[in-house]
Amino acid sequence: MPLAAPVTDLEQLKDRPVVAALLAWNVNAVEEAKFDRDELSIYIAREFIRDACAHLKAQGLTDFLSDVTCADFYPRQPRFEMAYHLLSMQRKERVRLKVRLEGDDASLESVTPLWPSANFFEREVFDLFGIRFLGHPYLRRIMMPEDWEGHPLRKDYPVEGYR
Amino acid sequence: MGHLNANPVLDAAADKTMILNMGPQHPSTHGVLRLLLEIDGEAVVRMMPDIGFLHTGIEKTCEAKFYQQVVPLTDRIDYLCPMVNNLCYVLAVEKLLGMEIPPRAQWMRVMLAELQRISSHLVWLGTHAMDIGAMSVFLYCFREREELLRIYEMVSGQRMMTSYFRIGGLALDPPLGFFEKVKKFLDTFPEKVDEYENLLTGNRIFIDRLKDVAHISAEDGLLIGLSGPSLRASGVDFDIRRDMPYSSYEKFKFKVPVSKDGDVWARYVCRVQELRESREIAKQALEGLPDGPTKADAPKVVLPDREKMKTQMEALIYHFKIVTEGFTVPAGEVYQTIESPRGEMGYYVVSDGTAKPMRVHMRSPSYANLQALPQMCEGRLIADVVAAIGSIDIVLGEIDR
Repeated sequence: MPLAAPVTDLEQLKDRPVVAALLAWNVNAVEEAKFDRDELSIYIAREFIRDACAHLKAQGLTDFLSDVTCADFYPRQPRFEMAYHLLSMQRKERVRLKVRLEGDDASLESVTPLWPSANFFEREVFDLFGIRFLGHPYLRRIMMPEDWEGHPLRKDYPVEGYR
Repeated sequence: MGHLNANPVLDAAADKTMILNMGPQHPSTHGVLRLLLEIDGEAVVRMMPDIGFLHTGIEKTCEAKFYQQVVPLTDRIDYLCPMVNNLCYVLAVEKLLGMEIPPRAQWMRVMLAELQRISSHLVWLGTHAMDIGAMSVFLYCFREREELLRIYEMVSGQRMMTSYFRIGGLALDPPLGFFEKVKKFLDTFPEKVDEYENLLTGNRIFIDRLKDVAHISAEDGLLIGLSGPSLRASGVDFDIRRDMPYSSYEKFKFKVPVSKDGDVWARYVCRVQELRESREIAKQALEGLPDGPTKADAPKVVLPDREKMKTQMEALIYHFKIVTEGFTVPAGEVYQTIESPRGEMGYYVVSDGTAKPMRVHMRSPSYANLQALPQMCEGRLIADVVAAIGSIDIVLGEIDR
């Protein structure tokens, strides 16, 4: 089974319910969409992420927040890419919302008001990547000790030598 | 929990609660979970889990390893079902590579994953019953678990950290006598489950400790990120094995136990039913196991057989290349989920086109399920906290990673 080329053309992906719903809601929020390896990723503009999630939730297009995580593409800018994995149990479909974050001191809106389950996920991202979530009820370190310096999962965090 | 309280108490009469520290060495926290309990007499007013004592930075370590070297690390995430973790990771990398796995390997994976589910549920049942006070069930459960560990040892050489599933198939063909042993286990297992149920299901004390305790509704469960048997016990009929099948689960017939009650008792009933269903799936996999190779035909990814290495120059070269410089994976990202014994396990793997993963993230079911614990326990007694922890079946290795 050779890999099929990813579909990145927004026109071709318009028929998918999630893409259609987001485009109908706010064209400016959707930066880009990609269908690769049977998985749909939609890039959302940073300031719209919570509203986009709220819209999908209100439309009944997603009912479960599977995961929130991040990846560091240092030294490329924008270096961070947040990934929200949403699941619709009714339609048996997953979608990944992605947000690009510029700069070393990035922040974006928390989705905890929509899904309380994001609490731990966002705390983990804050702890290990140093991304701030605005409106999070309790944004403190969760894995590392309270007095730890630095964010270990960043690519520029030293992996050897004295700390 | 002083730092939690923005308004310090000035009125002495209003200051009725005290903070109780439960864990991290408490035996019924199933590992190194620390719970901060704000209690009013015996009742829990607020609860806050404190985790991270077992944090080993596995996600960071993965970034420094070749793709095939990550497999042994995944064993150590959820040490009660290492092969399920292996399965999730190898499925993710195979999806990144666009690789086809031979049917025999897929069915073997299903069979072993279900056996792992049984052994994981046995540890849960034994420890959960012991927390409640039924000591002897633990011994019965570990008797059967021991048999399963011997089966894993037979097939992989290790009892616990098996690393048996590899990218592209299985590490080895199963040895002679393996299938007979699995058959013998599966044939006798239902009566063993009857035995546990005889000890617990009709037991008045056990029922009283579990019924209507730590209740959570389906809506709350979905919002707080609960998954797996814990969510099905609240009435959400969703199982990734059935609804979004992977590794040829669509070819198996099985029921998904669902309950409406959403209390500790419902979670107990669902998991015990799952023991029986897993046995059914493993039996189907054993009886219908197709013939053929157990490794994909991808010499650049899959290590060659030992015999070929001794006779064929090419195989030796491929072996040398894979071991010394790994294999490259086309750039991209996948989020692969499977139904682990505890719920939705997901591996988010990002590749940048090199031989090492750029990012491996594990969405561990225990981590999300733990968030539901305060909601289950607040307003109830301290003794119920122990029952609630047992009922969501957490593994701290998976939470802290």
